[in-house]
Amino acid sequence: MGAPVTAIIVAARDATDVVQAVVMLLVAALGLAVVVTREPVHQAMVFAIFGAALAVLFLVVQAPDVALSAIVVGAVAWPAMSLFTLAKARERDRRSGRERERPK
Amino acid sequence: MSPRVRLGMFVVGGIGLVAILLWGVGGLPRFGSAESRYATYLNTHAVHQRHATNVVSAVVFDYRGFDTLGEEFILFAAVMGVTLLLRSQREEHDDSPRDRAEARRTADTSDAVRVGTLALIGPVWLLGLYVVAHGQLTPGGGFQGGVVLAAAPLLLFLAGRYLLVRNVHPMHALDLAEGTGAGGFTVIALLGAVIGAAVMANFIGKGQVASVFSGGTLPVFNLLVGLEVVAGVTLVLYEFMEQTLFVRGD
Amino acid sequence: MRGTLPYALAVWLFAVGLYGVVTSRNFVHMIMCLSIVQAATYVLILQVGYVRGATAPIFFDVPVGTPAVDPVVQSLVLTDVVVGVVVGALLLSLALQAHKRTGTLDPNDLRTLVG
Repeated sequence: MGAPVTAIIVAARDATDVVQAVVMLLVAALGLAVVVTREPVHQAMVFAIFGAALAVLFLVVQAPDVALSAIVVGAVAWPAMSLFTLAKARERDRRSGRERERPK
Repeated sequence: MSPRVRLGMFVVGGIGLVAILLWGVGGLPRFGSAESRYATYLNTHAVHQRHATNVVSAVVFDYRGFDTLGEEFILFAAVMGVTLLLRSQREEHDDSPRDRAEARRTADTSDAVRVGTLALIGPVWLLGLYVVAHGQLTPGGGFQGGVVLAAAPLLLFLAGRYLLVRNVHPMHALDLAEGTGAGGFTVIALLGAVIGAAVMANFIGKGQVASVFSGGTLPVFNLLVGLEVVAGVTLVLYEFMEQTLFVRGD
Repeated sequence: MRGTLPYALAVWLFAVGLYGVVTSRNFVHMIMCLSIVQAATYVLILQVGYVRGATAPIFFDVPVGTPAVDPVVQSLVLTDVVVGVVVGALLLSLALQAHKRTGTLDPNDLRTLVG
């Protein structure tokens, strides 16, 4: 844990470098977390945090326009749509499961 | 092909892909060094040529306007695809009263969520309109402001007020708005050719730098694209929300 | 080495997202991983446009001529981010359609097409 930190501090030339390095590490870790989270509902939550971190990364690379759209898209639109999809699928499963056990 | 075999194949192929990518990426100029000549030219001349201080907006709607035209139509087609697929999936619910009672057991929206989301709708709308209108000056524009504005229906849904809006049947207005946005963009783009200049030429008077109505066709494009993005994303969200409604009719 | 390590983030996101798509057992999970692959491309081209010590290409409060990063790559990415979410919505509705036909969101359970 200390090795990357000292590497960053040694290699950095100013504060911008440190901020960029930290945000990039955060994005890398969160990307792995999104993929490793198998349960889709949990993954939607982790994806929202990944979207926010991505927006911060875009801001730190001096792209405020991109960060604006990435915030709303990554933290609001994507997780919302995937949760709606899961809710619809779950409701359909519940409904079809109930029809199967209802005596005909 | 079993999952394990597939995973093995992916690991082999993936390692090769990553190696090639790293080798390719290693040939790029160092991170933070050389700037392209196109970028340098734009940064020095765009403000003077287009009287717009947001060079990214000028690039999106003027210098690389054709790409935006294409993206606009991708958006339009994707929204059409979503509405086509999801409207055909709205099923007629033929439930017995026992089933409906079960469905009614969903939790009510808590007061904190309701108050918070309703209080946020006004500021979100104001921020979105500001971002759309000032796209040629400060970071913003039609795309960014449009998605900010489209977060408002989601807030309405969270506050439990979706049914109120649904009874107003906003779908037709949204369809109209989206078509106006996409069609208006095309019309203004072709208008440049009609008056004798090139297609997508910036033919409106440029105005003063750093005033709201600067940039020629830029504010017009911002508004049209904002309209289309708001309507498109709201339509998509509405279609998804319709899918999850518990129809508690009698 | 320090000059290319940021680009390795894009390669890492690409590989991780691709791994997620290949080993996914749920359509919605797969589509989210696909959006991570997209994010990898955004990160890469924005990093290519970055200039050390430069500011954003907005000259509202700084005089024209101050060093600024590349505006062209930013324009490409920002339209792509918005269009990407709507195309993702299309993919999700396709997944819903598949669920309606087959009753499952598992890609491994899709029946093969009978010709």
